[in-house]
Amino acid sequence: MIKFLLKGLVRDRHRSLFPILIVSFGVLLTTVLYSFINGELNDLIDSNARFDTGHLKIMTRWYNTLASQMPNDLALTGSEKLMLSLRNKYPDYDWTARIKFVGLLDVPDKNGETKAQNPVFGLAVNLFGKNSMEVERLNLGKSLVRGRMPEKPREILISEEFAKRMNTGIGQPITLISTTSSGAMAVQNFIVCGTVKFGVAVMDRGAMITDISDIQFTLEMPDGASEILGLKKNKFYDPAEAEKIKIDFNSAFIHANNQYSPLMVTLEDQNGLGEYLDYINTVGLIIVGIFLVAMSVVLLNTGLMSGIRRYGEVGVRLALGEAKDRIYKSMLYESVLIGFAGSVIGTCFGLAVALYLQEFGIDITETLRSSSIMMSNILRARISVASFYIGFIPGLMATLIGTTFSGIQIFQRQTASLFKELEA
Amino acid sequence: MKIILAFTGIFITFTITGFAQVPSGTDVIKEIDKNLVLDNAISFTTMIIHGRNGSRSIKSKNWIEGKDKAFVEYTDPAREKGKKMLKLGDQLWNYFPEPIDRIITISGHLLRQSVMGSDLSYEDITENRKLMDMYNAKVTGSERINDRNCYVVELTAKREDITYYRRKLWVDKERWIPLKEERYAKSGKPLKRSELLEVFSIENRWYPKRMLHHDLMQNGEGTEYIIESIILHASISESQFTKAALKK
Repeated sequence: MIKFLLKGLVRDRHRSLFPILIVSFGVLLTTVLYSFINGELNDLIDSNARFDTGHLKIMTRWYNTLASQMPNDLALTGSEKLMLSLRNKYPDYDWTARIKFVGLLDVPDKNGETKAQNPVFGLAVNLFGKNSMEVERLNLGKSLVRGRMPEKPREILISEEFAKRMNTGIGQPITLISTTSSGAMAVQNFIVCGTVKFGVAVMDRGAMITDISDIQFTLEMPDGASEILGLKKNKFYDPAEAEKIKIDFNSAFIHANNQYSPLMVTLEDQNGLGEYLDYINTVGLIIVGIFLVAMSVVLLNTGLMSGIRRYGEVGVRLALGEAKDRIYKSMLYESVLIGFAGSVIGTCFGLAVALYLQEFGIDITETLRSSSIMMSNILRARISVASFYIGFIPGLMATLIGTTFSGIQIFQRQTASLFKELEA
Repeated sequence: MKIILAFTGIFITFTITGFAQVPSGTDVIKEIDKNLVLDNAISFTTMIIHGRNGSRSIKSKNWIEGKDKAFVEYTDPAREKGKKMLKLGDQLWNYFPEPIDRIITISGHLLRQSVMGSDLSYEDITENRKLMDMYNAKVTGSERINDRNCYVVELTAKREDITYYRRKLWVDKERWIPLKEERYAKSGKPLKRSELLEVFSIENRWYPKRMLHHDLMQNGEGTEYIIESIILHASISESQFTKAALKK
C-alpha cells in the first residue's frame, strides 16, 4: 500500500510538491532559528567563561563588591596555596590565577619620549606554566596576527587593532603605567612580541596579555591574584554542579568576618549574566515557540486544503465502492509520507545552513565597536541534538493533524447523494 | 528739614556699612587669589596617601613660576626618588628614572588622573591660575567652620573647559583663605572635597599648611598634603622648566 501511495504522490505533483515545499521551508526555518539562538547562548557563556568569569571564580569579598573597578589593593594573597587546595578538592576543574588591571600604554619615540598613548585593559595569565591551559583557553595561538607568543619575561601581546592605533610593531618597547596594589604609580617597560585578534570587541579595542609573574612584580603583588578562575576540564558549564561547589567552598568561610576572605561565585552570579542568560533563554524559547505554532498552523492548513481539494477524488472513490475508513487511512498515510519527506528535506537543509553559520557565522564587528559586552564579534549557530528534531517533529505532526481533521468529512458524506454532487 | 536730613544721613550710613559687611563674590575671590596665587616659589611638601591598605608618604620639592610653569621632583621614599614632573601650559611630562628611563607625556583627559595614587590629579597639583580668571563668584551666606566665621561662596566656571564647573568655598572672613571646599562636575555630581587643617602666615599672606583632600570617586581615606616649607619670590633658573631638567 505504501508503494502504491508513493507512486500516487510522485505522479500527482499537485498532491505532493507544494505541501512538501511548505513543510520543508517551515522545518528549515525552525532548525536554523533554534540552532542560531542555541549558538548565541553558548557563545555568550563561552566568551565570558574564557575571558572573564570562569565557570567559577574566587575573589576577596571586598574585591567582589568593587570588581568593575579592578581594585588590586583588595586582591587575593597566597594564591598558590589556595589553588593547590582547590585542585585537590575539585579535580574536575582547572584552577588558574589571573590579574586584571587598567592603565596606560605609552609608545616611545627614538628619544624615549611619548609617541603614542592609550588606555589599556590588561590581563595577566599563566603563559609560561608547563600545565597551563590559558594559551589554549584564550585561543592565543590561533588569534595571533603578527609576531609570536611571549617566550620570556617582559614580553607582551597586544590586540592588532590597538597596535595599529598606537602605530607600534613587533619588537617595539612599550611602557605600562598603572597602579600598584598599595596605590602607588607602577611603571614598567615591555616588548611587544605579537599582536592578536581576540574576536571580542571589548578586548580588541585595547587589551594587553602578559604573564602573571610580570604583573605580580610590576604591581607589587607577590603570590597575589585579582581572581582565581575555575573552568570545567570538559569545557561544558554545569550550573547545578557549579552552584553546589560554590556553597561547599563558601561554607568554610561563612563565619569569617574579614573582607579579605575568599568568596566563590558562579558564572551566573557575575555581570548580571544569570538574568541575561535566563532572559535570552526565555526569549529564545518564546520565539521558537511562536514560530512553531505559526508553522504548525500553516502546515495544518495545508493538510486541510489538501483534503478539501481532493473532495471530488474522494467522492469518486466512494462511488466506486471503496470503504470510508480505507480512504481515510490512505490519506493519513499520505500525509505522514509528505510530512516525513518535507521534514527530512527541511531538517537536512536547515542543518546545512546552521552548519555554515556554525563554521563561518555573521560578522558584527562594526555593530559591536562601542559595546562593552563580552561577546564574540561573529554570531554563530550551534548544532545540538535538539537541532535534529526541533523542526522535524512539528513538521511531521502538523500535516498529519491537518489531514486527520480534513479527512473526517469522508465519514459525513452520503453515498446516495454522491452522483448528484459529482454531476454538479 | 533737619530731621529729614538726619534720617537720610543715618539711612545712607547704614546702607553703606551694610554693603561693606558683605563683600561681593568677586571681592572674596580677589582676596583669595592674593593669598594663594604665587608668582614664583620653591616649596617642600609631603603627601600622605591614606589607602585601604594603610598610608604611605611621598616627599617632593616643587618649583612654580606663574600660572603656566611647574616642576616637581620626588625625593622620598626610595621607590619614588628621582621621578619628576614638568608642566608647561597645558602640557605635562613625567620622567621615570632607570631602569625605565622614559619621559611620558600626560595631556588632555589624563591630566585628571590621580598623581601617585593620591586623591589629587595632575591638574590639582600644578594649578596656579587665579580664581578670578576662571570663575564667577557669589556670596550665598555665612557659616562657622572650625570656630571661624566664613563666607559661603559659590563659584561657577566662566568657560566650558574648566574641570570643576562649580565650586563651593567656605572662606575665612579674616584671613581670606578657604577652610573647606567642594568641587562639582557640570552635572552637579560632587567630585572632590577638601578641608584646610592648618594655615600659616608668610609675607603678609595666609597660606595652607596642611590640607585633607578627598576624591569622591575613590573609596580611599583621603590624601593629606602638607607644605613643610616654602620660599616665595625665589630665584629660579629658566632651565628648571625644560625637558632637559627632567633627565638631570
